[in-house]
Amino acid sequence: MKPNTMLSILTNRFLAGCGLLLLLSGMFFFACQNPGLRDGFSDDAARQVYVPPGEYDEFYSFFSGGFSGNLTVYGLPSGRHLKDVPVFSQFPENGWGYTEETRPMLNTSYGFVPWDDAHHPELSMTDGVPDGRWIFINANNTPRVARVDLTTFATEEIIEIPNSAGNHGSPFITPNSEYLVASTRFSIPIPQRDMAISDYAGNFRGSLSFIHANTPGEMDVAFQILVPGFNYDLAHAGKGPSFGWMFFTSYNSEEAHTLLEVNASQNDKDFIAAVNWQRAEQCVADGNARQMDTRYFHNHMDRATQSAVSTEKTSVTVLEAADCDQMVYYLPTPKSPHGVDVDPTGQYIVAGGKLATVIPVHSFDKMMQAIADEAYETTIEGIPVLQYEAIIAGEVENPGLGPLHTEFDGQGFAYTTAFISSEIVKWRVAEPWDVVDRIPVFYSVGHLMIPGGDSQNPWGKYLVAMNKITKDRYLPTGPELAHAAQLIDISGDKMRMLLDFPTMGEPHYAQALPAELIMDNQVQFFPIEENEHPFATKSEAQTRVERDGNTVHVYMTSIRTHFAPDNIEGVQVGDEVFFHVTNLEQDWDVPHGFAIIGANNSELLIMPGETRTLKWTPRGEGVYPFYCTDFCSALHQEMQGYVRVSPRGSDVPLSYATGN
Amino acid sequence: MTSLYRITLAVASLALLVAYVAPIWSISLEAPQYPEGIGMYIWINQITGQKPHDLQNINGLNHYIGMKAITPETITELKVIPWVIAFLIGLGLVAAATGKPVMLGIWVGLFLTCTVAGLIDFHLWEYDYGHNLDPTAAIKIPGMHYQPPFIGTKKLLNFTAHSWPALGGWIAFSSLLTGIVLLISQIRTSASARSQKNGIHSDPRPHE
Repeated sequence: MKPNTMLSILTNRFLAGCGLLLLLSGMFFFACQNPGLRDGFSDDAARQVYVPPGEYDEFYSFFSGGFSGNLTVYGLPSGRHLKDVPVFSQFPENGWGYTEETRPMLNTSYGFVPWDDAHHPELSMTDGVPDGRWIFINANNTPRVARVDLTTFATEEIIEIPNSAGNHGSPFITPNSEYLVASTRFSIPIPQRDMAISDYAGNFRGSLSFIHANTPGEMDVAFQILVPGFNYDLAHAGKGPSFGWMFFTSYNSEEAHTLLEVNASQNDKDFIAAVNWQRAEQCVADGNARQMDTRYFHNHMDRATQSAVSTEKTSVTVLEAADCDQMVYYLPTPKSPHGVDVDPTGQYIVAGGKLATVIPVHSFDKMMQAIADEAYETTIEGIPVLQYEAIIAGEVENPGLGPLHTEFDGQGFAYTTAFISSEIVKWRVAEPWDVVDRIPVFYSVGHLMIPGGDSQNPWGKYLVAMNKITKDRYLPTGPELAHAAQLIDISGDKMRMLLDFPTMGEPHYAQALPAELIMDNQVQFFPIEENEHPFATKSEAQTRVERDGNTVHVYMTSIRTHFAPDNIEGVQVGDEVFFHVTNLEQDWDVPHGFAIIGANNSELLIMPGETRTLKWTPRGEGVYPFYCTDFCSALHQEMQGYVRVSPRGSDVPLSYATGN
Repeated sequence: MTSLYRITLAVASLALLVAYVAPIWSISLEAPQYPEGIGMYIWINQITGQKPHDLQNINGLNHYIGMKAITPETITELKVIPWVIAFLIGLGLVAAATGKPVMLGIWVGLFLTCTVAGLIDFHLWEYDYGHNLDPTAAIKIPGMHYQPPFIGTKKLLNFTAHSWPALGGWIAFSSLLTGIVLLISQIRTSASARSQKNGIHSDPRPHE
């Protein structure tokens, strides 16, 4: 062996040894750096999220379904999935958007729209606190806002937003549910017209809509404020001292129309639009607004007839920002702000500048002073831009990379998500505006939610991080994964990771409130005597089949454990058969289903006391079965029937029977 | 009768008015599927569910075992009993007004007879519902009958049935018991008075 070979072997071994040492020390330091990971596995955490069999969760939480178009309900702290509430998307599981009663709920000025992208659930409020009456949610793609009733967990009302595109900044609510807002993510020509996209700047407009939300069945666009063509992103209402104001973030003050990732990221600051909605009401009353011709739909489930009533509206009240002074001000805010959140005192307005290095906190008092002093930097299309230094209360240093959203615990602390550094930072909502704690989340958190965390009186206790990337958190399920929510205990000085739980669709935001505000108000079934459905059959004696030309109406009932009628003859190929099935049960948790072979739509899932209608078009002669799809009783499997379909023009008479 | 007896009798009679506003009997059922319970109240003139649709739901459940539907409007007793109670109240008040011990005796005798008759009738109805089953019923278990307990608790398939008097029933029993106590006491007092009158009494002390 040559000496230099020997040397080389020794050197190699020395290097390998050093490498091993480095590796070990790296693992040691890694382990020391990540105590939060191990904390998550302690018995203590398990006890905190364990809800024993037969007991209830402390909170209902409502997660948006994102691209599922639904609202999903989970219990906290267990993370148990309780329900999917169909809102903007057809839902064959219960026939939502397929049945004759519910199809009109999805009517829009674009026709029947069977899908949407739902982002932000928003609980109705009284005195600045969620009251458990309703929850609202936005449709992003075809702009709409829906109201879900929290006694039935069913969508009852949907209002389309005219002059809007990309209804992202919605449906944020005022402290007494006076208004919901809906702002345009995409500025567009208003009214819509054929024009060159490159003529965007100065020609496209944004709209900020204020929607009456406090009277069931009467949701409507009260007025729209037309504003410069930026991208309006999110919003939150003022409260306490800032009651009467609504704050909207905007980005793309560059008014770029292509490659926004670059072109909309050039300005050092974009804006929060502070809108005095009480002033807007006054300007509308003073006649400063105009009526604009447009088309939009209002759809409402009528409780008595159990059927949607769809109404087209043709005019909307529009207010130009420039035509109403002292109504809109721009607050300069660093780097394409995303979330805008108002602390429980109503004094501080926090922006999540997704490309900013600090979290700017604006002071409402300073804002009012700057307005009084006319401390303007400039004016854009008649809207004063206040001086940043005049309105800023503080800047939170080192808040993590990519701050997006903030909620509050009511104890003087704020919690902000940092998307890029994948963490949540806790900071003091007061001098010295310092970060007091931080916890990693897995991975890349978007919104966060604290029960009541955007209200005047947060319940606190827990924080849910809604992560955008899941990767290895659960057993893998191919390329598409469930989304990862994480429950964090915020009751102490230090945040503690308690639980991972998968969520369905793509939840963006969620809201939660104590279970007792909702659970005792639940409708268990619909009283049959109050059923005013035009095709209701309130007893078996009234069941019948009627022919009207090529249309056949089957007035059917279901009760444990049979349909009446369950033998139908005289239907012909080419008929349109409407099965109007009334569930005669008057007991909790006894829905009946109805499915028939070859139906081109869905099943029916009929709650006790309810009537639902399925359209069926038989394509060939034969004898076709139908059956109950909801395991209703011991003899559920016997709950079935047949329809005989004869050739067109056959002389088989229309007949029906049960039990002969 | 002394005025105390007469007042007590009047109160016992009037207490029966409660039977017009409260059920006299309760049959409640528990099962794994009914953690909240399901049940019915028997009144002097009607049968109702303990919750708004309980009776309909009990009938729905009973159809599986072929039990007849409980239809209050077909039960004649429910038309008769209110008059019987009214008569007992009236008679009790007359007895209290006249103060005649014999009237008290008649009242107690009739009341007791009616009560026993009512309970036997109740038992017969229960027997009929429990045994007289539709032979085409879906669930047939050889040797099984479904007569609810006359009083107390009994297991019937997945259901545990409890049968007990309800408020009106307890008041009626109390009223009857009061009448019986009054009658016994009255008889003893009369007997004692008679023996004194006949000079059998040997107590030398003067009577008050």
